[in-house]
Amino acid sequence: MSEQTVPKPIPEADDDSRPFFEGAMEGRLMLMKCGKCGTVRLPSRQHCDNCLSSEYAWVQSSGRGSIRTFGIMHQRYHPAFVPELPYNLAIVELEEGPRLVTNIVGASNDALEVGMPVVVDFEQHEDVAIPKFRPA
Amino acid sequence: MAHPLRGATAITGLGMTPMGRVFGKSASELAADAVRTAIEDAGLQKSDIDGLLINPGITGITGGGISLPLQNYLGLTNLRLLNHMNAAGSTAAQMVQYASMAIAAGMANHVVCVFADTPLSEGKSSGAAYGGAGRAPGRPRGMSGLYAASGYFGPNTGYALAARRHMALYGTKQEHFGQIAISTRQWATMSPLAQMREPLTMEEYHASRWIIEPLHLLDCCLVSNGAIAVIVSAADRAKSMAQPPVYVWGMGQGHPGDTNRAGSAPETETGAKIAAETVYRMAGVGPEDVTVCQLYDCYTYTVLVTLEDYGFCKKGEGGPFVEDGKLGPGGSLPTNTGGGELSGYYMWGMTPLSEGIIQGRGQGGERQVPKNDVILVTGNGGILNYHASLILSPHAS
Repeated sequence: MSEQTVPKPIPEADDDSRPFFEGAMEGRLMLMKCGKCGTVRLPSRQHCDNCLSSEYAWVQSSGRGSIRTFGIMHQRYHPAFVPELPYNLAIVELEEGPRLVTNIVGASNDALEVGMPVVVDFEQHEDVAIPKFRPA
Repeated sequence: MAHPLRGATAITGLGMTPMGRVFGKSASELAADAVRTAIEDAGLQKSDIDGLLINPGITGITGGGISLPLQNYLGLTNLRLLNHMNAAGSTAAQMVQYASMAIAAGMANHVVCVFADTPLSEGKSSGAAYGGAGRAPGRPRGMSGLYAASGYFGPNTGYALAARRHMALYGTKQEHFGQIAISTRQWATMSPLAQMREPLTMEEYHASRWIIEPLHLLDCCLVSNGAIAVIVSAADRAKSMAQPPVYVWGMGQGHPGDTNRAGSAPETETGAKIAAETVYRMAGVGPEDVTVCQLYDCYTYTVLVTLEDYGFCKKGEGGPFVEDGKLGPGGSLPTNTGGGELSGYYMWGMTPLSEGIIQGRGQGGERQVPKNDVILVTGNGGILNYHASLILSPHAS
């Protein structure tokens, strides 16, 4: 199989993460908020890691956050990513607190900085959308 | 008053197989070679062994790793202590801890702790061994798929992200990581066990290819096949055994957890901070008393942050601390004197532990440090998630 024909590993929703991926398709970044202590967490887990309550509600994130840290990948790990090397990876901390692994789009790798304000920008695929971030 | 378990046990046996691109033996076969060597080294008979603690490396996850059936492969009967343990790179130090506690509790006399791993296959790259997550065929399911979708592969990614955070917060420079690689390589040039024995310059460090910025290839550890076994015994027995005893003065662990949200700093404040309090208290020493360090060095950055968390310098000052080469031969804090995992051999936590034992015995040959009185040995696993440490000494008290 040539490198070009291997697709990127695009996740598919499972039952627990379906509200997240359905929200993403509609341009909303969905988080889970504990019904007992109010701690907001990245989906998807049934228990709050702060108080272990399993009561929760899905809430929409503002989509705003900042780059906590980032790296520039050069290693050929996955054939589908080879054409994009070197590409960036980042951890974004959302205003609501949760952190997620993502990529920064709309900025050159050289322009990235820890602390840079960013806003969510969904990458659309056939049946899911993936949250990426661009400079705010 | 001294801690009642300080010096209660000692490491009395050490067995190491050839390590590196070593092919043709399974993990169990390598483990058996290491255990036989350790028993001979200690001057014991196999029948003296009444405890066995087992730690597979990555093959414990990917398949083919050692586990409980190793007992029967080794023909160890009537054991009074047995477990299969995995807290990643912190396991080796943990095995010595649980062995020591069991011996002090009267549960066992001579406990073998063994690590074996065969991540390398002939004709395949070292990178193939650890970057596998996310490369499975088909679509990943659920939220964890966001990692693969973003191109996050293997521990290299996590450590690069951690190192970048440290650089941004504290002004740590690429040269600081490079200096750790160089100091470690200086030691490796003197170790017949080391896989990378050519001297390294800063120019060569900078020229080594990027894996994921800010990590060059030479910021990352080796990947090795091989096995190491150690034997832990009661101190009163150790005195009359074949090798100079290396006493266990202190034991500590730290596992900070990661809430994955605002308010935690998993990249720059590690479990070493928690473990340091415990291990120093038990040993009755502080960082100013440590004469030689064997620090888990899966990455150069791991050494830098570990030095900070053990109090050798303030948080954020690890870069300037290592800049003068004090970790290298002739320096004031000899560290990873066998070449560590960066240049020596990658046997998870057995790498720092084995070199700690060799230095404690005074058997380091050309690389033997003159002052081996207080030896700090650390183990780290996950992305700075799991940490365990020992303070060892050639002195009983």
